[in-house]
Amino acid sequence: MKEFKVTPIRNGTVIDHIDCGMALKVLRIIGVSSNNVSSPISVLMHVPSKKAGFKDVVKVEDRELDPKEVDKISLISPEATINIIRDFNVAEKYKVTLPQVVRGIVRCGNPSCITNLNEPVEPEFSVDSKKPPVLRCIYCDRILDDTAEHLI
Amino acid sequence: MEFKGLDIVSIRDLTREQIEFVLDLSEKMIPYARGEKFTKMLEGRILANLFFEPSTRTRMSFETAMARLGGRTLEMSHPSMMSIAKGETLADTIRMVESYSDAIVLRHPHEGAARLAAKFSRSPVINAGDGAGQHPTQTLLDLFTIRRDKKHIEGIKVALVGDLKYGRTAHSLAEALTMFGAEVTFVAPASLQMPRETVKQVEKLGGKPKLTSKLEEVIKDIDVLYVTRIQRERFPDPNEYLKVAGSYRIDNNLLREAKQNLTVMHPLPRVDEIAPEVDYTQHAKYFEQAFNGVPVRMALLSLVLGGEL
Repeated sequence: MKEFKVTPIRNGTVIDHIDCGMALKVLRIIGVSSNNVSSPISVLMHVPSKKAGFKDVVKVEDRELDPKEVDKISLISPEATINIIRDFNVAEKYKVTLPQVVRGIVRCGNPSCITNLNEPVEPEFSVDSKKPPVLRCIYCDRILDDTAEHLI
Repeated sequence: MEFKGLDIVSIRDLTREQIEFVLDLSEKMIPYARGEKFTKMLEGRILANLFFEPSTRTRMSFETAMARLGGRTLEMSHPSMMSIAKGETLADTIRMVESYSDAIVLRHPHEGAARLAAKFSRSPVINAGDGAGQHPTQTLLDLFTIRRDKKHIEGIKVALVGDLKYGRTAHSLAEALTMFGAEVTFVAPASLQMPRETVKQVEKLGGKPKLTSKLEEVIKDIDVLYVTRIQRERFPDPNEYLKVAGSYRIDNNLLREAKQNLTVMHPLPRVDEIAPEVDYTQHAKYFEQAFNGVPVRMALLSLVLGGEL
Protein backbone atom coordinates (compact mmCIF):
# COMPACT_ATOMS: atom_id res chain seq x y z
CA MET A 1 0.00 0.00 0.00
CA LYS A 2 1.16 3.53 -0.75
CA GLU A 3 2.07 5.88 2.07
CA PHE A 4 -0.01 9.02 2.72
CA LYS A 5 0.48 11.69 0.11
CA VAL A 6 0.98 14.26 2.81
CA THR A 7 4.39 15.52 3.73
CA PRO A 8 5.56 15.60 7.35
CA ILE A 9 5.11 18.93 9.10
CA ARG A 10 7.88 20.90 10.76
CA ASN A 11 5.90 22.43 13.63
CA GLY A 12 2.29 21.96 14.60
CA THR A 13 -0.18 19.28 15.67
CA VAL A 14 -1.27 15.98 14.21
CA ILE A 15 -4.64 14.80 15.46
CA ASP A 16 -4.69 11.09 14.75
CA HIS A 17 -7.24 8.28 15.24
CA ILE A 18 -10.19 10.62 14.77
CA ASP A 19 -13.44 8.66 14.47
CA CYS A 20 -14.14 8.10 10.80
CA GLY A 21 -16.19 10.96 9.36
CA MET A 22 -15.46 13.39 12.19
CA ALA A 23 -12.51 15.27 10.63
CA LEU A 24 -14.62 18.19 9.44
CA LYS A 25 -16.09 18.57 12.91
CA VAL A 26 -12.57 18.64 14.33
CA LEU A 27 -11.76 21.44 11.87
CA ARG A 28 -14.75 23.34 13.17
CA ILE A 29 -13.55 22.84 16.75
CA ILE A 30 -10.09 24.22 16.01
CA GLY A 31 -11.71 27.13 14.24
CA VAL A 32 -10.34 26.89 10.75
CA SER A 33 -13.53 28.20 9.27
CA SER A 34 -12.85 31.67 10.62
CA ASN A 35 -10.24 33.44 8.52
CA ASN A 36 -7.46 33.01 11.02
CA VAL A 37 -5.34 30.32 9.46
CA SER A 38 -2.15 31.21 7.60
CA SER A 39 -0.47 27.79 7.54
CA PRO A 40 -1.52 24.67 5.65
CA ILE A 41 -3.95 22.20 7.11
CA SER A 42 -4.14 18.63 5.77
CA VAL A 43 -7.21 16.52 6.24
CA LEU A 44 -7.17 12.79 5.59
CA MET A 45 -10.47 10.99 5.65
CA HIS A 46 -11.27 7.31 5.65
CA VAL A 47 -7.69 6.16 6.06
CA PRO A 48 -7.12 2.47 6.88
CA SER A 49 -6.35 1.98 10.56
CA LYS A 50 -5.09 -1.08 12.38
CA LYS A 51 -7.20 -0.27 15.43
CA ALA A 52 -10.55 0.86 14.11
CA GLY A 53 -10.80 -0.20 10.48
CA PHE A 54 -10.82 3.37 9.23
CA LYS A 55 -9.94 6.70 10.76
CA ASP A 56 -9.55 10.39 9.93
CA VAL A 57 -6.39 12.44 10.50
CA VAL A 58 -5.96 16.22 10.69
CA LYS A 59 -2.58 17.96 10.49
CA VAL A 60 -2.36 21.60 11.47
CA GLU A 61 0.86 23.48 10.90
CA ASP A 62 2.28 26.09 13.27
CA ARG A 63 -0.45 25.64 15.81
CA GLU A 64 -0.83 23.82 19.15
CA LEU A 65 -4.25 23.14 20.66
CA ASP A 66 -5.54 24.66 23.87
CA PRO A 67 -7.07 22.38 26.56
CA LYS A 68 -10.65 23.43 25.70
CA GLU A 69 -10.16 22.36 22.10
CA VAL A 70 -8.72 19.02 23.23
CA ASP A 71 -11.74 18.48 25.54
CA LYS A 72 -14.09 19.21 22.64
CA ILE A 73 -12.28 16.70 20.42
CA SER A 74 -12.57 14.09 23.18
CA LEU A 75 -16.35 14.53 23.09
CA ILE A 76 -16.73 13.67 19.43
CA SER A 77 -13.77 11.35 19.06
CA PRO A 78 -12.80 9.69 22.34
CA GLU A 79 -10.03 7.61 20.76
CA ALA A 80 -8.17 10.52 19.14
CA THR A 81 -4.49 11.10 19.85
CA ILE A 82 -2.71 14.44 19.81
CA ASN A 83 0.86 14.60 18.49
CA ILE A 84 2.68 17.85 18.97
CA ILE A 85 5.40 18.23 16.37
CA ARG A 86 8.41 20.44 16.91
CA ASP A 87 11.13 20.53 14.28
CA PHE A 88 9.80 17.41 12.52
CA ASN A 89 9.90 15.37 15.74
CA VAL A 90 7.04 14.24 17.93
CA ALA A 91 7.68 16.37 21.00
CA GLU A 92 4.57 15.21 22.86
CA LYS A 93 2.00 12.52 22.24
CA TYR A 94 -1.11 11.87 24.27
CA LYS A 95 -4.60 10.42 24.00
CA VAL A 96 -7.49 12.78 24.54
CA THR A 97 -9.30 12.10 27.81
CA LEU A 98 -12.88 12.95 28.52
CA PRO A 99 -13.10 14.89 31.80
CA GLN A 100 -15.59 13.82 34.55
CA VAL A 101 -17.39 17.13 34.25
CA VAL A 102 -17.75 19.00 30.96
CA ARG A 103 -18.18 22.72 31.48
CA GLY A 104 -18.69 25.58 29.05
CA ILE A 105 -17.83 23.74 25.81
CA VAL A 106 -21.19 22.30 24.83
CA ARG A 107 -24.75 23.63 25.03
CA CYS A 108 -27.70 21.67 26.41
CA GLY A 109 -29.85 20.25 23.63
CA ASN A 110 -33.07 20.79 25.58
CA PRO A 111 -34.46 24.12 24.34
CA SER A 112 -36.41 24.43 27.58
CA CYS A 113 -33.33 24.03 29.78
CA ILE A 114 -32.67 27.06 31.99
CA THR A 115 -29.08 27.23 30.68
CA ASN A 116 -30.41 28.12 27.22
CA LEU A 117 -31.92 31.29 28.64
CA ASN A 118 -30.07 34.44 29.47
CA GLU A 119 -28.77 33.23 32.84
CA PRO A 120 -25.23 33.87 34.12
CA VAL A 121 -24.15 30.22 34.12
CA GLU A 122 -22.03 28.01 31.90
CA PRO A 123 -23.69 24.83 30.68
CA GLU A 124 -22.37 21.90 32.70
CA PHE A 125 -22.63 18.14 32.14
CA SER A 126 -21.72 15.09 34.11
CA VAL A 127 -20.18 12.29 32.05
CA ASP A 128 -22.41 9.23 32.57
CA SER A 129 -20.30 7.04 30.29
CA LYS A 130 -17.01 7.60 28.49
CA LYS A 131 -17.32 5.02 25.72
CA PRO A 132 -19.43 6.08 24.01
CA PRO A 133 -19.53 9.58 25.57
CA VAL A 134 -22.88 10.15 27.32
CA LEU A 135 -23.38 13.62 28.78
CA ARG A 136 -26.12 14.50 31.26
CA CYS A 137 -27.00 18.15 31.88
CA ILE A 138 -26.55 18.84 35.59
CA TYR A 139 -29.37 21.39 35.43
CA CYS A 140 -32.22 19.75 33.52
CA ASP A 141 -30.96 16.16 33.88
CA ARG A 142 -31.42 15.40 30.16
CA ILE A 143 -29.00 13.27 28.17
CA LEU A 144 -27.44 15.21 25.30
CA ASP A 145 -28.37 13.57 22.02
CA ASP A 146 -26.03 14.99 19.39
CA THR A 147 -22.93 16.33 21.08
CA ALA A 148 -21.19 17.50 17.90
CA GLU A 149 -24.16 19.68 16.97
CA HIS A 150 -24.14 21.43 20.33
CA LEU A 151 -20.48 22.35 20.66
CA ILE A 152 -20.00 25.98 21.59
CA MET B 1 -29.72 12.58 59.97
CA GLU B 2 -28.65 16.08 58.89
CA PHE B 3 -31.03 17.92 56.57
CA LYS B 4 -30.53 21.51 57.67
CA GLY B 5 -29.79 23.73 54.69
CA LEU B 6 -30.24 20.89 52.19
CA ASP B 7 -31.64 21.70 48.74
CA ILE B 8 -34.41 19.38 47.56
CA VAL B 9 -34.13 19.63 43.78
CA SER B 10 -34.65 16.06 42.60
CA ILE B 11 -35.78 12.88 44.33
CA ARG B 12 -32.43 11.45 43.19
CA ASP B 13 -30.71 13.82 45.63
CA LEU B 14 -32.12 11.75 48.50
CA THR B 15 -31.09 8.28 49.59
CA ARG B 16 -33.66 5.64 50.50
CA GLU B 17 -32.80 6.19 54.18
CA GLN B 18 -33.33 9.94 53.89
CA ILE B 19 -36.69 9.41 52.17
CA GLU B 20 -37.78 7.00 54.92
CA PHE B 21 -36.74 9.55 57.51
CA VAL B 22 -38.90 12.22 55.81
CA LEU B 23 -41.86 9.82 55.58
CA ASP B 24 -41.55 8.86 59.26
CA LEU B 25 -41.53 12.50 60.28
CA SER B 26 -44.49 13.20 57.94
CA GLU B 27 -46.45 10.60 59.89
CA LYS B 28 -45.75 12.51 63.11
CA MET B 29 -46.86 15.75 61.44
CA ILE B 30 -50.37 14.50 60.66
CA PRO B 31 -52.13 15.74 63.85
CA TYR B 32 -50.42 19.14 63.37
CA ALA B 33 -51.41 19.21 59.71
CA ARG B 34 -55.01 18.54 60.70
CA GLY B 35 -54.96 21.30 63.30
CA GLU B 36 -55.46 18.85 66.17
CA LYS B 37 -52.12 19.75 67.72
CA PHE B 38 -50.16 23.00 67.53
CA THR B 39 -46.49 23.88 67.19
CA LYS B 40 -44.48 27.06 66.78
CA MET B 41 -41.26 25.34 65.78
CA LEU B 42 -40.66 27.67 62.83
CA GLU B 43 -41.84 30.87 64.51
CA GLY B 44 -40.01 33.85 63.06
CA ARG B 45 -38.92 31.92 59.97
CA ILE B 46 -39.91 33.06 56.49
CA LEU B 47 -40.52 30.91 53.43
CA ALA B 48 -40.50 32.52 49.97
CA ASN B 49 -43.02 30.92 47.63
CA LEU B 50 -41.82 31.69 44.08
CA PHE B 51 -44.34 30.42 41.57
CA PHE B 52 -43.59 31.42 38.00
CA GLU B 53 -46.35 29.07 36.83
CA PRO B 54 -49.87 28.59 38.08
CA SER B 55 -50.35 26.09 40.89
CA THR B 56 -53.14 25.44 43.34
CA ARG B 57 -52.32 22.43 45.48
CA THR B 58 -48.56 22.77 45.68
CA ARG B 59 -48.56 26.50 46.46
CA MET B 60 -51.38 26.30 48.98
CA SER B 61 -50.04 23.21 50.71
CA PHE B 62 -46.62 24.82 51.18
CA GLU B 63 -48.31 27.90 52.59
CA THR B 64 -50.48 25.79 54.90
CA ALA B 65 -47.48 23.68 55.95
CA MET B 66 -45.47 26.79 56.87
CA ALA B 67 -48.40 28.32 58.77
CA ARG B 68 -49.02 25.08 60.70
CA LEU B 69 -45.38 25.16 61.80
CA GLY B 70 -45.72 28.72 63.04
CA GLY B 71 -43.74 30.33 60.20
CA ARG B 72 -44.74 32.85 57.56
CA THR B 73 -44.78 32.81 53.77
CA LEU B 74 -43.83 35.49 51.27
CA GLU B 75 -45.86 35.16 48.11
CA MET B 76 -44.87 36.03 44.60
CA SER B 77 -47.64 34.76 42.45
CA HIS B 78 -47.75 37.31 39.64
CA PRO B 79 -44.37 37.19 37.91
CA SER B 80 -45.77 39.34 35.12
CA MET B 81 -45.94 42.26 37.55
CA MET B 82 -42.46 41.76 38.90
CA SER B 83 -38.98 42.62 37.78
CA ILE B 84 -38.81 39.30 35.93
CA ALA B 85 -41.13 40.88 33.40
CA LYS B 86 -38.50 43.61 33.06
CA GLY B 87 -35.94 41.01 32.05
CA GLU B 88 -34.32 40.17 35.38
CA THR B 89 -32.53 36.82 35.37
CA LEU B 90 -33.68 34.04 37.68
CA ALA B 91 -30.22 34.13 39.28
CA ASP B 92 -30.72 37.78 40.30
CA THR B 93 -34.27 37.18 41.53
CA ILE B 94 -33.02 34.33 43.70
CA ARG B 95 -30.14 36.39 45.15
CA MET B 96 -32.65 39.09 46.08
CA VAL B 97 -35.33 36.78 47.51
CA GLU B 98 -32.73 34.81 49.46
CA SER B 99 -31.94 37.93 51.45
CA TYR B 100 -35.61 38.30 52.45
CA SER B 101 -36.27 34.70 53.51
CA ASP B 102 -34.93 31.54 55.15
CA ALA B 103 -35.93 29.05 52.45
CA ILE B 104 -37.22 29.23 48.89
CA VAL B 105 -39.87 27.13 47.17
CA LEU B 106 -39.63 27.46 43.40
CA ARG B 107 -41.89 26.48 40.53
CA HIS B 108 -40.61 27.51 37.13
CA PRO B 109 -41.53 26.69 33.52
CA HIS B 110 -37.94 25.82 32.58
CA GLU B 111 -36.15 22.58 33.38
CA GLY B 112 -33.12 22.98 35.58
CA ALA B 113 -34.40 26.21 37.17
CA ALA B 114 -34.34 24.79 40.69
CA ARG B 115 -30.77 23.49 40.30
CA LEU B 116 -29.72 26.93 39.11
CA ALA B 117 -31.54 28.59 42.03
CA ALA B 118 -29.82 26.23 44.48
CA LYS B 119 -26.48 27.30 43.01
CA PHE B 120 -27.18 30.98 43.67
CA SER B 121 -28.93 30.68 47.03
CA ARG B 122 -27.33 30.06 50.39
CA SER B 123 -30.77 29.27 51.81
CA PRO B 124 -32.26 25.87 50.99
CA VAL B 125 -34.24 25.65 47.75
CA ILE B 126 -37.14 23.23 47.37
CA ASN B 127 -38.16 22.41 43.82
CA ALA B 128 -41.93 22.60 43.35
CA GLY B 129 -41.76 21.62 39.68
CA ASP B 130 -39.38 22.78 36.93
CA GLY B 131 -41.05 22.52 33.52
CA ALA B 132 -41.26 18.88 32.47
CA GLY B 133 -38.49 18.10 34.95
CA GLN B 134 -38.63 17.16 38.61
CA HIS B 135 -41.24 17.60 41.32
CA PRO B 136 -39.70 15.82 44.32
CA THR B 137 -42.26 16.83 46.96
CA GLN B 138 -45.02 15.29 44.82
CA THR B 139 -43.02 12.04 44.68
CA LEU B 140 -42.56 12.10 48.45
CA LEU B 141 -46.25 12.62 49.11
CA ASP B 142 -47.14 9.86 46.62
CA LEU B 143 -44.80 7.45 48.41
CA PHE B 144 -46.22 8.58 51.73
CA THR B 145 -49.79 7.94 50.55
CA ILE B 146 -48.92 4.44 49.35
CA ARG B 147 -47.00 3.61 52.50
CA ARG B 148 -49.82 4.83 54.77
CA ASP B 149 -52.39 2.91 52.82
CA LYS B 150 -50.49 -0.35 52.28
CA LYS B 151 -48.20 -0.18 55.34
CA HIS B 152 -45.18 -0.87 53.14
CA ILE B 153 -44.00 -0.23 49.58
CA GLU B 154 -41.78 -3.22 48.92
CA GLY B 155 -43.39 -5.91 46.77
CA ILE B 156 -46.57 -4.02 45.93
CA LYS B 157 -47.71 -3.80 42.32
CA VAL B 158 -48.25 -0.31 40.97
CA ALA B 159 -49.62 0.58 37.54
CA LEU B 160 -48.97 4.09 36.29
CA VAL B 161 -51.50 5.02 33.65
CA GLY B 162 -52.06 7.97 31.32
CA ASP B 163 -49.55 10.44 29.94
CA LEU B 164 -46.30 8.83 31.03
CA LYS B 165 -44.23 10.61 28.40
CA TYR B 166 -44.75 14.20 29.51
CA GLY B 167 -46.22 13.74 33.01
CA ARG B 168 -43.42 14.91 35.28
CA THR B 169 -44.76 13.10 38.34
CA ALA B 170 -44.69 9.71 36.63
CA HIS B 171 -40.94 9.59 35.91
CA SER B 172 -39.57 10.26 39.36
CA LEU B 173 -42.33 8.20 40.99
CA ALA B 174 -41.43 5.18 38.83
CA GLU B 175 -37.79 5.47 39.91
CA ALA B 176 -38.58 6.01 43.57
CA LEU B 177 -41.04 3.10 43.69
CA THR B 178 -38.43 0.82 42.17
CA MET B 179 -35.87 2.01 44.69
CA PHE B 180 -38.31 0.87 47.40
CA GLY B 181 -38.82 -2.53 45.76
CA ALA B 182 -42.28 -2.05 44.24
CA GLU B 183 -43.13 -3.64 40.87
CA VAL B 184 -44.15 -1.08 38.27
CA THR B 185 -46.25 -1.40 35.13
CA PHE B 186 -46.55 1.43 32.61
CA VAL B 187 -49.94 1.66 30.91
CA ALA B 188 -50.10 4.18 28.08
CA PRO B 189 -50.71 4.42 24.35
CA ALA B 190 -47.45 4.02 22.39
CA SER B 191 -47.29 7.79 21.71
CA LEU B 192 -47.42 8.62 25.44
CA GLN B 193 -45.48 5.67 26.83
CA MET B 194 -42.73 6.11 29.43
CA PRO B 195 -39.50 7.58 27.92
CA ARG B 196 -36.77 5.04 27.21
CA GLU B 197 -34.47 6.86 29.60
CA THR B 198 -36.79 6.34 32.56
CA VAL B 199 -37.39 2.68 31.64
CA LYS B 200 -33.62 2.19 31.55
CA GLN B 201 -33.18 3.95 34.88
CA VAL B 202 -35.85 1.69 36.45
CA GLU B 203 -34.03 -1.36 35.09
CA LYS B 204 -30.74 -0.04 36.44
CA LEU B 205 -32.33 0.16 39.89
CA GLY B 206 -33.19 -3.53 39.62
CA GLY B 207 -36.79 -3.18 38.40
CA LYS B 208 -38.46 -5.18 35.63
CA PRO B 209 -41.08 -2.75 34.35
CA LYS B 210 -43.94 -4.07 32.22
CA LEU B 211 -45.15 -1.87 29.38
CA THR B 212 -48.63 -2.20 27.94
CA SER B 213 -51.35 -0.10 26.38
CA LYS B 214 -54.22 -2.12 27.84
CA LEU B 215 -55.39 -1.32 31.33
CA GLU B 216 -57.81 -4.30 31.31
CA GLU B 217 -54.79 -6.62 31.12
CA VAL B 218 -53.37 -5.49 34.44
CA ILE B 219 -56.31 -4.20 36.49
CA LYS B 220 -56.89 -7.57 38.22
CA ASP B 221 -53.32 -7.91 39.53
CA ILE B 222 -52.38 -4.48 40.81
CA ASP B 223 -52.46 -2.98 44.31
CA VAL B 224 -52.18 0.67 43.31
CA LEU B 225 -53.49 2.42 40.22
CA TYR B 226 -51.77 5.78 39.72
CA VAL B 227 -53.71 7.80 37.15
CA THR B 228 -52.31 10.87 35.40
CA ARG B 229 -54.05 13.37 33.19
CA ILE B 230 -53.78 13.07 29.42
CA GLN B 231 -53.41 16.58 28.11
CA ARG B 232 -55.55 17.51 25.14
CA GLU B 233 -52.89 19.86 23.77
CA ARG B 234 -50.52 16.95 23.16
CA PHE B 235 -52.76 15.72 20.34
CA PRO B 236 -52.93 17.49 16.99
CA ASP B 237 -56.08 15.53 16.14
CA PRO B 238 -58.98 15.95 18.63
CA ASN B 239 -60.50 12.59 17.61
CA GLU B 240 -57.25 10.87 18.49
CA TYR B 241 -57.34 12.55 21.90
CA LEU B 242 -60.90 11.39 22.57
CA LYS B 243 -60.03 7.84 21.59
CA VAL B 244 -56.98 7.69 23.87
CA ALA B 245 -58.48 9.58 26.82
CA GLY B 246 -61.63 7.44 26.67
CA SER B 247 -59.68 4.21 26.83
CA TYR B 248 -58.20 5.09 30.22
CA ARG B 249 -61.32 6.34 31.96
CA ILE B 250 -61.54 4.80 35.41
CA ASP B 251 -65.10 4.01 36.49
CA ASN B 252 -66.87 1.55 38.74
CA ASN B 253 -67.39 -0.82 35.85
CA LEU B 254 -63.63 -1.16 35.33
CA LEU B 255 -62.98 -1.36 39.07
CA ARG B 256 -65.32 -4.35 39.40
CA GLU B 257 -62.44 -6.38 37.98
CA ALA B 258 -59.94 -5.01 40.50
CA LYS B 259 -58.78 -6.23 43.90
CA GLN B 260 -61.02 -5.19 46.81
CA ASN B 261 -58.25 -3.12 48.34
CA LEU B 262 -56.97 -1.49 45.13
CA THR B 263 -55.88 2.09 45.81
CA VAL B 264 -56.62 4.67 43.12
CA MET B 265 -54.39 7.74 43.15
CA HIS B 266 -54.18 10.88 41.01
CA PRO B 267 -51.93 13.95 41.45
CA LEU B 268 -54.92 16.18 40.49
CA PRO B 269 -56.33 18.19 38.85
CA ARG B 270 -58.32 15.52 37.07
CA VAL B 271 -60.48 16.22 34.06
CA ASP B 272 -62.43 13.12 33.24
CA GLU B 273 -59.89 10.34 33.79
CA ILE B 274 -61.70 9.22 36.94
CA ALA B 275 -65.50 9.18 37.01
CA PRO B 276 -66.99 11.03 40.01
CA GLU B 277 -68.74 7.80 41.07
CA VAL B 278 -65.32 6.40 42.02
CA ASP B 279 -64.95 9.13 44.68
CA TYR B 280 -67.46 7.29 46.85
CA THR B 281 -65.69 3.91 46.74
CA GLN B 282 -63.01 2.70 49.16
CA HIS B 283 -60.57 2.73 46.24
CA ALA B 284 -60.43 6.54 46.00
CA LYS B 285 -57.42 7.94 47.80
CA TYR B 286 -56.69 11.03 45.69
CA PHE B 287 -58.14 13.58 48.08
CA GLU B 288 -56.24 12.02 50.95
CA GLN B 289 -53.19 12.14 48.68
CA ALA B 290 -53.74 15.90 48.20
CA PHE B 291 -54.03 16.35 51.98
CA ASN B 292 -50.82 14.36 52.47
CA GLY B 293 -48.99 17.16 50.70
CA VAL B 294 -49.30 19.16 53.92
CA PRO B 295 -47.66 16.78 56.45
CA VAL B 296 -44.96 15.81 53.94
CA ARG B 297 -44.10 19.45 53.19
CA MET B 298 -44.23 20.24 56.93
CA ALA B 299 -41.70 17.47 57.50
CA LEU B 300 -39.42 18.78 54.74
CA LEU B 301 -39.65 22.42 55.83
CA SER B 302 -38.95 21.55 59.46
CA LEU B 303 -35.94 19.47 58.39
CA VAL B 304 -34.31 21.95 56.02
CA LEU B 305 -34.97 24.85 58.40
CA GLY B 306 -33.77 22.94 61.45
CA GLY B 307 -37.05 22.97 63.44
CA GLU B 308 -37.84 20.31 66.01
CA LEU B 309 -41.11 18.82 67.21
